[in-house]
Amino acid sequence: MKKRIKLSHIICYLLLFGLALVCIIPFYNIFMNATHENAEIASGYQLLPGKYLARNYETLVHYVDIWRAFGNSLFIALSSTALSAYFGGLTAYGFAKFHFRFRNGLFWILLATMMLPAQLGLIGYFQLMDRFHLLDSYAALIIPSAANASAVFFIRQFIVSAVPDSLIESARIDGCSEIRIFHKIVFPIIKPAVFTQAIFVFVNSWNNFINPLILIFTPEKLPLPVVIQQLNGTYMRDYGVVYLGVSISVIPIVIFASLFLKRIIGGVTVGAVKG
Amino acid sequence: MNTRRRIKKDHWGYFFIFPFFAVFAVFNLYPILYTLRLSFTDWDGIRDAGWVGAANYIRLLGDRIFWKSVLNTIFITVAAGGLQLVFGLVLAYVLNQKFIKGPHVFKNIFYFPNLVTAVSLGVLFNLLFAWQGGSVNPLLESIGLIGEPVNWMINGSFVRAVLIFIIWFQYFGYYIIIFTAGIKGISGDILEAAAIDGAGSFKTFILIVLPLLKPVITYACVTILIGGMQLFDIPYIIGKGTGAPNGASLTALSYMYNTSFKNYNYGYGAAISYGLFLLTIIFSVLYMRGNMKSEEER
Repeated sequence: MKKRIKLSHIICYLLLFGLALVCIIPFYNIFMNATHENAEIASGYQLLPGKYLARNYETLVHYVDIWRAFGNSLFIALSSTALSAYFGGLTAYGFAKFHFRFRNGLFWILLATMMLPAQLGLIGYFQLMDRFHLLDSYAALIIPSAANASAVFFIRQFIVSAVPDSLIESARIDGCSEIRIFHKIVFPIIKPAVFTQAIFVFVNSWNNFINPLILIFTPEKLPLPVVIQQLNGTYMRDYGVVYLGVSISVIPIVIFASLFLKRIIGGVTVGAVKG
Repeated sequence: MNTRRRIKKDHWGYFFIFPFFAVFAVFNLYPILYTLRLSFTDWDGIRDAGWVGAANYIRLLGDRIFWKSVLNTIFITVAAGGLQLVFGLVLAYVLNQKFIKGPHVFKNIFYFPNLVTAVSLGVLFNLLFAWQGGSVNPLLESIGLIGEPVNWMINGSFVRAVLIFIIWFQYFGYYIIIFTAGIKGISGDILEAAAIDGAGSFKTFILIVLPLLKPVITYACVTILIGGMQLFDIPYIIGKGTGAPNGASLTALSYMYNTSFKNYNYGYGAAISYGLFLLTIIFSVLYMRGNMKSEEER
């Protein structure tokens, strides 16, 4: 009996380690191949770093302005994150602490919008941006972040449990204006929840592909995923260079994950179990 | 006094939620409704849109490429989604066993691919399976599984298999986390009682954990379905934008993108968007009904 249990333990560990390898090897592979030249990459599996990183880098920046694209992505993602965080908090506060008419109805509408496929209105959005003269501008990518339903849902739950009514009441008695109460008292308390949502918005925006593909045309304005896709299409023959481009898009995510993974994983489950 | 002050302040709620609904109405709701309107026109982006009635939808019903792209989408979604569910459930259960050391480390590793840009994953696997210069061919050659480099990406079934693998790779860690939360929600007493009654880990999993996780599994299925119908980034990269080879990797959303933004047939593209949306709703309703039926039978 005891022996059989141990065997099952071994099988479990083999499964776990095998899958961990499956998850790690592709990324290890990108970083290693980014330092090799074509002939080496074609000749066999590269386990160790090579000597061609500098040359691949020179070729890469000759082909595309990868750091410009990196900066564009960063700008778009940070702006979207700031908008989502601020208006997410604002809306969540409105829903959590004020008993206005239609509150429940409006909240249900907000929840229902979470089920709408994001791409349903894409063509209409393109047309609308055309009329607003916002095509080829970052505003078209950033402004919709102000209406992020899942951020509102998540932050609202936090406000309900973490911000006592008495605190708001006493601030009112002290003559604090409603907006000031939100900025000076509520927002500092809900920062952790806002921050968790901000991480999600940042990652989603950083990874977004179809929207910039449709809405941005000027090559200098393109964010990283679109540039990586072009690199793949145009310079596919320079394997090491494309690998290096992919590495540059993955490294921030590695850093991000090592800093915030615990928070991200904590945030993932909230919507699932309660929603 | 107290209630009066409250009533006076409650209208401030509108003020706080107003920006959200204003942005939502203009930047989400209006485009969605406008897309519906465009689906009844022949708008090409240059001339004024002409009203064509239901012509786009009638064309859609007989459009073999559309149905092929829908079938591709469903096939990839169901296969990848099924794998995600199985791996998510089994691994969440295994990682919840007491003898496993460092479950968080494993969870972090499994979840990591979910954060990586889908485009980068697509390019990465494109490179890995490249005929020349890929890493898979030399690896298989070195262990003697294949004699000479295989041109993987010209085989439609293989490309679909790669897509299923990548999407599984991207999401199985996410579902481990979802199901772990579900398992943690199961009362320890129930599991202990099962152990006392002599149920082994496997039996407990099948007979107790799975039935109790049903709501979470339903949630997972719905997210897989809605997300799956929107499949675009990875098939677009792997299929080089055209659904290569031979439309095997063309998803419904890729078809919508190509129709609208490459061939400037926005009216028909809008009809594809709504056709896809209708299909998603129909599948969701069928799934929910099937779900309820099986519950009644129990």
